[in-house]
Amino acid sequence: MELVCPAGSYPALKAAVDNGADAVYIGFRNDTNARHFAGLNFEGDKTRQAIQYARDKGTKVFVAINTYPRPDGWSRWQRAVDEAAELGVDALIAADMSVLEYAAEAHPEIALHLSVQGSSTNYESLNFYKRHFNIRRAVLPRVLSLKQVEQVAAHSPVDLEVFAFGSLCIMAEGRCYLSSYLTDQSPNTCGACSPASFVRWEETANGLESRLNEVLIDRYGPGEKAGYPTLCKGRYYVNGKLYHALEEPTSLNTVELIPQLDAIGIKAVKIEGRQRSPAYVEQVVRVWRQALDLYARTPDAFRVKPRWLDALGKVSEGAQTTLGAYSRPWQ
Amino acid sequence: MKLTLGPNLYFWPREQVFDFYTEVAGWDVDVVYLGETVCPKRREMKLEDWLEIGRSLSDAGKEVVLSTLALLSAESDLKQLRKQCKDSPFRIEANDMAAVYLLSEAGVPFVAGPTINTYNGRSLALLARSGAARWVMPVELSGDALSAILREASERLQSLPETEVFAWGYLPLAYSARCFTARHHKLPKDDCRFMCIQYPNGLEVYSQERQQVFTINGIQTQSGKRYDLSDRVQEIRAAGATHIRISPEPEGTADVVRRFRRALAGEAVVADADSCNGYWYGKPGLDRLSAPVIATSS
Repeated sequence: MELVCPAGSYPALKAAVDNGADAVYIGFRNDTNARHFAGLNFEGDKTRQAIQYARDKGTKVFVAINTYPRPDGWSRWQRAVDEAAELGVDALIAADMSVLEYAAEAHPEIALHLSVQGSSTNYESLNFYKRHFNIRRAVLPRVLSLKQVEQVAAHSPVDLEVFAFGSLCIMAEGRCYLSSYLTDQSPNTCGACSPASFVRWEETANGLESRLNEVLIDRYGPGEKAGYPTLCKGRYYVNGKLYHALEEPTSLNTVELIPQLDAIGIKAVKIEGRQRSPAYVEQVVRVWRQALDLYARTPDAFRVKPRWLDALGKVSEGAQTTLGAYSRPWQ
Repeated sequence: MKLTLGPNLYFWPREQVFDFYTEVAGWDVDVVYLGETVCPKRREMKLEDWLEIGRSLSDAGKEVVLSTLALLSAESDLKQLRKQCKDSPFRIEANDMAAVYLLSEAGVPFVAGPTINTYNGRSLALLARSGAARWVMPVELSGDALSAILREASERLQSLPETEVFAWGYLPLAYSARCFTARHHKLPKDDCRFMCIQYPNGLEVYSQERQQVFTINGIQTQSGKRYDLSDRVQEIRAAGATHIRISPEPEGTADVVRRFRRALAGEAVVADADSCNGYWYGKPGLDRLSAPVIATSS
């Protein structure tokens, strides 16, 4: 299985490449990709330099142009597709039909991957994208159980990539507007969820409060570990009970599923986290490289090593990991 | 503009559903969407039941549309979808690209529902060429975006599909693998005991400052406030919409239909207290803008 790793910056890209990524995915420095955060992503000569670095070490480069353009912004998306084509990247990761259509018509030589933001959770949907845009691969949303992934894989007209590690979206990607409901920016429209410019922290008599566009997301007592106020991970009241009504801060870690994912024919595993530090990328990529190599060498004797879990646990959001939707009980 | 009643997003007992649509037959709506769009486990109503209700509404002069699930994750969901597409004498609202694919391959015209990601005119044109006779704008988009999308699409199409705008009700905002209603009851999704049936309007989610932030409806998360554009129907018309959607609730929907009818006739109406309309103006969805109603008569 191919190991696809996040590169939000040049140092992160080097960390991914040096630690054994088979492919890195990057975005341009604007709202054409789903990690449109201040200080992240690539532009100009830096992009060329990054691609050269990866190429010299035999690592593929994918470019994510995976948000949804509105008519007034179309030229940015078009330029992004053209630029990726000029750079000769190995694949373009896109979600919007118009972006896919343009790329397929203007640059048929580039491989198209359907982004997780395309929200394709079944093979009939994949048939649409294959038929109209000749996509080669699709990244599945993190809403399917392992058995359901297997059903998709058995009938999929294209190769499949699944999320292996990182922060966990609990909503079907590409189908979540919670962020624009509170802030006017969503992953689909702006490439941002719970954007930092709307976050406010305040020490109050009631504890440390985190707000998103003034809506109270969580409140922490002394000694409680505070997390970024992603709005689906706040503590809310439902029927008088205060709890993480949607989800607690937690990370996806599927290292133990490597044999099953391979057996059902998954072609690539994806590490989430273009917004994370080079140190995170280094740590996670190194562990996953070791795990995939061990599995390739001795598939029947594959066992998860405790030191892998230690290393991954240290960089996890909320410092706890889960199998996410792959495991029915989590659902 | 035509008035539509969207699919019921909640889970009600079978008898209540039949009673509700018996009433709807007497309401002044042009189009009624039927079917389960949220959770495949809600099986109070079988396809045959929906078709039976559809026939009565059709006899009462309504255009009937059968809506499909928004999130298809199991083979059994696809099986049900194929059955719907094959057996329905009514037009289908496709809420996932799987339905778009099946209907376009079969050459059957359809409605592209609000969970199809149509953010620009190029995508709308592509959908129209695939058979979309109508589309429902994603709820997070604004009136300005709507005009721009239609302009862009019209450069690529000989005739535009019909355009529907979600204009009243709790906004469907997200779909998940998790069932938040089951989670509230500390039950696994596989053994949810159909708890949704206890919440015919969903389950309210409040911040620690008692602000209603969201509404839980099984695997769906909705807005905490009702979206209400009843006092903006002239703006919706001006943006190019042909249809306006009201999302049904167990109580009070008939009054809402009457209010929209009055608004469409040019009467000034007052939106619900504590409702929101931010999305229509490109603002945070939960905002309420008090811009004056544009007085036009058309």
